[in-house]
Amino acid sequence: MSATRDEASTQEGSTALGAAPALVSARGLVKAFGEGDKRRVAVDGIDVEVLEGEAFGFLGPNGAGKSSTMRMIGCTSPATGGTLRVLGLDPATDGPAIRAGLGVVPQEDSLDGELTVRDNLVIYGRYFGLPWKACRSRADELLEFVQLSDRSDSRVDTLSGGMKRRLTIARALVNNPRMVLLDEPTTGLDPQARHVVWERLFQLKRSGVTLILTTHYMDEAEQLCDRLVVMDAGRIAAGGSPRELIAAHCTREVVEARPADGETARPAEVLASLAERIEVLPDRILLYTDSGDDTAAAVTHHHELDLASVLVRRASLEDVFLRLTGRTLVD
Amino acid sequence: MIGRVLPPLPRTARPTLGAGRHLVERNALFFRGHVLVILGGFFEALFYLLSIGIGVSDLVGDVEGPGGKTLEYTEFVAPAMLAASAMNGAVMESFNIMAKLHLSKAYEAVLATPITIRDIAVGEITWSLMRGGAYSAAFLAVMASLGLVSSWWAVLALPAALLVGFTFAALGLAAVSVIRGWQDFEWVMTAVLPMFLFSGTFAPLSTYPDPVAWLARAMPLYHGVSLLRGLTTGAVSGVLLVHLLYLVLLGVAAFWVATRRLEANLLT
Amino acid sequence: MRTALPAMEYWLLRNRRYWRTQLSAMTVGPVLYLAALGLGVGSLVDDNVGADGVQGVDYLAFIAPGLLAVTAMQQGFEESSWPVIGALRWWGSYPAQQVTSLRTRDVLTGHLLYVTVKLTAAVTVFTAIAALFGAFDSAWVLAAAPASVLCGVAHAAPIAAFSITRRVEMSIAAFYRFVILPTSLFSGAFFPISQLPAGLEQVAYVTPLWHGVDLCRDLALGEATFAASLGHVAYLALWAVGGYLLALRLYARRLAP
Ligand SMILES: Nc1ncnc2c1ncn2[C@@H]1O[C@H](COP(=O)(O)OP(=O)(O)O)[C@@H](O)[C@H]1O
Ligand SMILES: [Mg+2]
Repeated sequence: MSATRDEASTQEGSTALGAAPALVSARGLVKAFGEGDKRRVAVDGIDVEVLEGEAFGFLGPNGAGKSSTMRMIGCTSPATGGTLRVLGLDPATDGPAIRAGLGVVPQEDSLDGELTVRDNLVIYGRYFGLPWKACRSRADELLEFVQLSDRSDSRVDTLSGGMKRRLTIARALVNNPRMVLLDEPTTGLDPQARHVVWERLFQLKRSGVTLILTTHYMDEAEQLCDRLVVMDAGRIAAGGSPRELIAAHCTREVVEARPADGETARPAEVLASLAERIEVLPDRILLYTDSGDDTAAAVTHHHELDLASVLVRRASLEDVFLRLTGRTLVD
Repeated sequence: MIGRVLPPLPRTARPTLGAGRHLVERNALFFRGHVLVILGGFFEALFYLLSIGIGVSDLVGDVEGPGGKTLEYTEFVAPAMLAASAMNGAVMESFNIMAKLHLSKAYEAVLATPITIRDIAVGEITWSLMRGGAYSAAFLAVMASLGLVSSWWAVLALPAALLVGFTFAALGLAAVSVIRGWQDFEWVMTAVLPMFLFSGTFAPLSTYPDPVAWLARAMPLYHGVSLLRGLTTGAVSGVLLVHLLYLVLLGVAAFWVATRRLEANLLT
Repeated sequence: MRTALPAMEYWLLRNRRYWRTQLSAMTVGPVLYLAALGLGVGSLVDDNVGADGVQGVDYLAFIAPGLLAVTAMQQGFEESSWPVIGALRWWGSYPAQQVTSLRTRDVLTGHLLYVTVKLTAAVTVFTAIAALFGAFDSAWVLAAAPASVLCGVAHAAPIAAFSITRRVEMSIAAFYRFVILPTSLFSGAFFPISQLPAGLEQVAYVTPLWHGVDLCRDLALGEATFAASLGHVAYLALWAVGGYLLALRLYARRLAP
């Protein structure tokens, strides 16, 4: 996909988004578990607005509170504080009506292991009150959509992780939802399986379904999300489009230098002056700069440093996260 | 909307009344492939009845039934088997529910749809009753054909057996929603055996030591056995209403506890 | 046999955590059954046919050895049905044992040795409890306990052979309902099989459980004859060995890489 097309579609998207209604709107949303001494705040007063037709992401490390947020939006977990409206309704009173318009892909697959692949979809359609006939034809279409038609009579336990994930996604589409919630849709999948899932999600998004997804993979967030928020320890650290976030919190390019002996403290001192900002990780040093090639050349110039590798890359959301929280996304 | 990828569906997806029936459908889908297991529940009761009718009954001879009526031993035990099988059926179902709650995340997926906890409770109990009701009907037919039914009141034994099934299904669901895991479930199973053996099932309460007899009177199965025995032998009196009321109240209370506890456990 | 010991130890270790639950299950079940049937139903029987009305003894003395054999069979079933499927598929115990120096034969033998240990514990507890109920008059009952262990193994071995071939665990439940339960009820433990209708009586003679029941009862009542006992033991041994050899072949086929 060329850069110009990319640009154009984003612009088009944002004008359209301006007029779109908010499908999710949260103000000061809080989720706490336990009472007294054991009380743990998982979501600590977040404000979020998701508009119709966009793909919205929660990017954050494990324990950030992503799943807790998703479950509140999915109306399977009551909020502890703040206000939340989903599809214009209040989850506390209109749970069933809201859920009728949602598709949910939970973090852990919750397929019915005792039923066949196809029956999983058929019965799920029944849970939404669809007629049997519609459920059956819908199941066949969706199996086609997620490329599982040949496994339709297998028991679910016999599927691979990637297949189960695809089946879960198919299941979330059974009721033709207005909005689909995907909690870490590709965690634990091999690269090939991830790409299959991404490609299907991309098609969904293009067809106008609103997507909310959580991830701790920055490439996933960059590929799929129009807008995202960076979440850490129950709070939102920043928000915007991937491009905006990088522009606001990062330089354009990053030079990664990896000392051969793995010792980063001393080389970091030497290199500090070469970039706007540097980050020292246990095994490498990141130099933030607007001209990667020049900085890389300057780095390699320091012959006294024994560097195993020096490479230049574009700044990513990973860097944004590092900047905002001082930690890496995936440890 | 999704049209370019998939043909559109009319937006009929709306929460429906009595959505619990979809859980019944789910269980039917599953057991479609396990007919033998379903049949097994019926044969279990039948085997017990036959072994008593053929063997033990000859040894025991006649016993005193409700209202001082002299009964053949098989006549005495058969209604108790009917009540016990209604109980066992419900307990077996709570075993399945336990697996869905603690081993798989089955209900979490269900709760992401318009289905509510109440629907789940109603659905699972309805399924349990349908299964148990089919057994009871078949068992009653066998009893009638063996000449073990001596009154038209026995027609009411089927709804009464369903009531016993309801009480135990609700109790099972409440137990499953209260306990922490499989270790505790062992204790539930341990409670079932003494109830099965000592609810006036195999011998009149008068043959028990007093404390055991009083304990038995507190147990729901005793009331189920007494209710059904009164109906199939035609020894109908006001006392049956007491048994009936006990089962209804206990069942409703257990249902209330079960939905409360499930809400607390599942909607975290 | 010695090479199979590690596999047996695995099962002992695995169940070590639950020994209290298992011991109480072993105790509570027999106490309840003996009380409900031996004493409860027993009092009705004795009122009806007299205190020596069932094959010359009271009902408690009649069913106690029968229940002993039934308990052994049910324990044998319990430990060689679900656990075989679990070891193969849920817990991965068999596959894990296979990648060690254990041979398939050791995997099977170890499991059955464990079943034997468990059986021995269960029948010992049962015998002690029944003795407290006053169910036994003769010291020969001490020979009935090992006889019931043999009865348990005679069932456990073929059941292990059956279970290893099952693909859906549901068939174990069906097996219980359609084989184990009717066998328990109609093999002379609760009433003499002479009361069975003609055809069924002959079927009962073929079941290993009847031989176990008859052997245990003759021993417990001190009425055993050498020839009859030898016959019972030989028949039970035939099932145990035959079941073991069959299981060996089926295990080899199922666990083959
Ligand atoms: N059901 C629960 N009970 C208690 N604590 C919970 C529960 N679910 C999540 N938490 C806690 O809340 C925090 C956020 O968890 P979660 O929302 O799952 O984060 P994420 O999905 O971003 O990894 C974690 O510290 C987790 O331990
Ligand atoms: Mg999560």
